This record gives sequence, structure tokens and C-alpha cells, in this order.
Amino acid sequence: MPVLSCYERLMDDAALLRGLAGDLDGAFESLVVAQQHRLFTIALRVLGNPTDAEDVAQEAFVRAYRALGDWDAARIGELRLSAWLATIVVNLARNRGRGGAAAIRRVSLTLLDELDHPSSAATETPHDELARRESTAAWAARLLSLPERYRLPIVLRHVDGLPYHDIAVVLGRPEGTVKAQVHRGLALLRAVLEAEERAAVSTATAAPARTAVAAAPATPAAPATPAIRLQEVTS
Amino acid sequence: MTSPSPFDETADVALTTLRTNAPASLRPRTLIALGLADAYAPIASPIGSLFVAFNGRGVSAVELAPDGPSFEREHLARQGRVAHRVEALPSGLARAIERRLAGDRRVRVPLDLRGHTAFEREVWRKALDIPRGEVRPYGWIAAEIGRPAAVRAVGTALGHNPVPLIVPCHRVVRSDGYIGQYSLGGPVNKRAMLAAEGLDPDGLEELARAGVRFVGSDTTRIFCLPTCRHARRIMDRHLVRFRSADDTARAGYRACLVCRPVARAAVA
Repeated sequence: MPVLSCYERLMDDAALLRGLAGDLDGAFESLVVAQQHRLFTIALRVLGNPTDAEDVAQEAFVRAYRALGDWDAARIGELRLSAWLATIVVNLARNRGRGGAAAIRRVSLTLLDELDHPSSAATETPHDELARRESTAAWAARLLSLPERYRLPIVLRHVDGLPYHDIAVVLGRPEGTVKAQVHRGLALLRAVLEAEERAAVSTATAAPARTAVAAAPATPAAPATPAIRLQEVTS
Repeated sequence: MTSPSPFDETADVALTTLRTNAPASLRPRTLIALGLADAYAPIASPIGSLFVAFNGRGVSAVELAPDGPSFEREHLARQGRVAHRVEALPSGLARAIERRLAGDRRVRVPLDLRGHTAFEREVWRKALDIPRGEVRPYGWIAAEIGRPAAVRAVGTALGHNPVPLIVPCHRVVRSDGYIGQYSLGGPVNKRAMLAAEGLDPDGLEELARAGVRFVGSDTTRIFCLPTCRHARRIMDRHLVRFRSADDTARAGYRACLVCRPVARAAVA
């Protein structure tokens, strides 16, 4: 299991925190560089919409900057950086999800020097990339179909990779509860996936003209109302 | 705890692939919102196309430059912040600047004047009080901020004004009435700005050559700076010209309360 609490990090948290405590304005860009993908990912996987996710990630950095400006070096030095930032972004994302958009002041600027950076490794073939994207979109949709109380812990544990004791702090829930919710969330994801597979099989059976892509499974197709069962699971 | 099921391991790998890169705009947008970087766009003005830089704290620069890249280089050297070109100023800010330039002094344009001295900011704040279409001498600002001897320092501070036009340093002229220097491309531009506001730069310099510092009305026996809106209402046959404050005192005229043409007595 991946245990990195954040990825693509250029500096370790301790060095970053020392920099922030010494020269907030000078070091803050390093914090943005180190944490932007992480915070955007959490917001995106909680909210499902990249525009909202970018707004939320930006506002999270603004709140973090203001808080850091008010705190002394000792307090900044004691921060668990990844968990603290996750708390800010999760709270903003939950408010946004509940229609609290007014709380976020959007800096809506069309930057003319924006360039889309490559999102995949250069070694990937177009076919691989397509497959990966489809699979990613499918898992993103499955995750979004979960109720929030399971989605948040799953995002923090399995997408972001935060340890359970940090997730407990971020969500303000006992660690045992978080573990149970992650466990339950995975079970729900499994149910969603299985329902999808049954639906795919039944489609293949019902439409034999199409080559049976998913026709190999050991389990016999369940022709009876798979679509309805999928709805039951995901709603 | 039970060991993870094969499904849990598959899900963990799949969910890890949901990590994604932030859009390239997130970093500049965030830094701009915080005032750690700036955005900029061109605006039209009486002296041609100008660039206006701003961030979440306010407008940080107004500058003439031949093109965007030159502006970005200048801005980085001057203020130490990267400037990102944007399509246009945010509409609210654009409206506020436009109304301010049209002379509406009730409109507040947020300004980011970090990194400047308290004295400079005080000089600029005072310059904001000068109405469109009027001018005041450097000495007037010095007197108004309670530093009557700091005339040269006022001139220097105005030369460092990072937001010309918005802080109208073009409305501050030499104490002898000549139009004087301008940081935004020199005296020609200063004259053009004043002309665009309805003043006659040649007329102003003619008065300066004649040594006229104040004008008064022989009906009200009040004297003003020549461009004060009350002075400009005086009919020619009632207009009295003065070469010094002493002359006004000898003639028994009192100072206009609007343009405050002479230094107020220091509060002892």
C-alpha cells in the first residue's frame, strides 16, 4: 500500500515549515508547488467538478496563508502540514458541496500564459493512455457515487494516502470510526463494480452482434434486471 | 485486523491513479490572490496604452511599456513579483479605475502599496485629494501633510509613485507654477494628461512666467490657487492676480477653504 502522505513533494515538510516560519512570503510558493496537486486532487475527488476543485484548492491556500501569518514560529513548526491542509480543503469542499459557494471569493482571471502540462508519462502509448483515462474516469464516478461519509475517508486514505490517525483529525471522527468507514466504503465500491460487471455481461448477452468483450467470466450472466440492481447499489 | 482482500488491493491501486495534476492556472491564481504575484492587462489612456498590474490586495503598478514582455521584466525588477498577462482587468476593478480617472473621487480603487515608506504613502494619499482638472504645487502637499519643509522629498515621493493616473501625481506641479517633471514618460505626457482633464497647460505656464501664484475675486475678497474650481468661476473684471502670499495678506484677502492656497498655521 502506498504510504506517502503526499506525492511530488519537492521538500520535506519540516524544511518547508521552517521556511514558512522564517519568511512566509518567500516560502509560500514552495508550499503551493509542493501541495497543489494533492489539494486539487482531494477537492476534485470529493466534488467531482474541476472548476469547483480549483476554486476550493485556491481558497484553501489563501486560508492557510492567513493562518500562517498569524502564528509564531513555534506553532508553525508543530504543524502536521499534510493533515492540516487536508482539513482546510475538506471543510471548504464540504461547504461548497452544500451550496456554500458564496464563501469563496473567486479570482476569475483568464491567464494568457496558461499551458496544459502533460498529464501522463511520456512512455505511455496512446492506447494505454486511453485505457488508463477510461479506467480513471470509471473509478472517479464510482467514488462519487458513495455517500459523503464514506467518500471522504476513502479519498483521504486511498487516493491521498494519509495515515488513519491523521484522517481521524481531519474528519473529527474517532480512528476506529474512520477505519470502519473506509472498510464499508470499499465494500460499497466493490458492490458498485460487481453490479457494473453484471450489467456489462448482460449487455453482451443481450446483444450478441457485438463481440463478447466481457463474455469470459466464470459467473453466468444474470439476465434479470441488472440495470435496476445497479441503481439500487449506487443510489 | 483482517488482511486486505484481493479486491481491496485492486481498489487501492485503482484509487491511487485518481491522483491528478492541478490545472496550470492554480499556482498563478493562488499567488495573485495572495499578492505574491501580479496579473496585468493594458488599458487605454490619454497618453496611449498603459499596463495596469494588480493582485488580491489591489492595483500595484501603472506603467508605460512598449509591450507585455518589457512590462513583465520592468515589473519584476521594480517590485520583485512575476506579472501574468490576463485578457482584461476584472470588470469591477476596471469600472472603478475608469470612474476614478473620470474624476469621481468617491470611488475607491484598492491599492497595493507594500514596500513603500509611510511618508511616500502619505504623499500619495494626499495627491488623491486633488480634483480632476486642478493642480497643486509640491509645497501644497508638503504643507497639507504637516511637513512644510519637505518639498523636495514630496517631489521625490511623487516620482516613485507606482500607480500614476490613479494616484494623480500629474496634478502636482512646481511651486513656481511651472508644470515640472513627470515619471510616466516625461513632461509631454504630464501636459497631455492635464489637457485631457480640461486644463490649458500653456495658460498655466504663462501664469507661472508672469509670476502669478494666486488669484482672487474683488467681490468676495477670497484668494485661491489658479486652478481651484472657485477661482475658475471668477469673472475677468473681478479677477485679481497675486504674486505671493504676502501680497494677498497686504490686500486683506483671505484664503479659500477649498483649495487652501497657503500652509495652514501649524497647530501649536
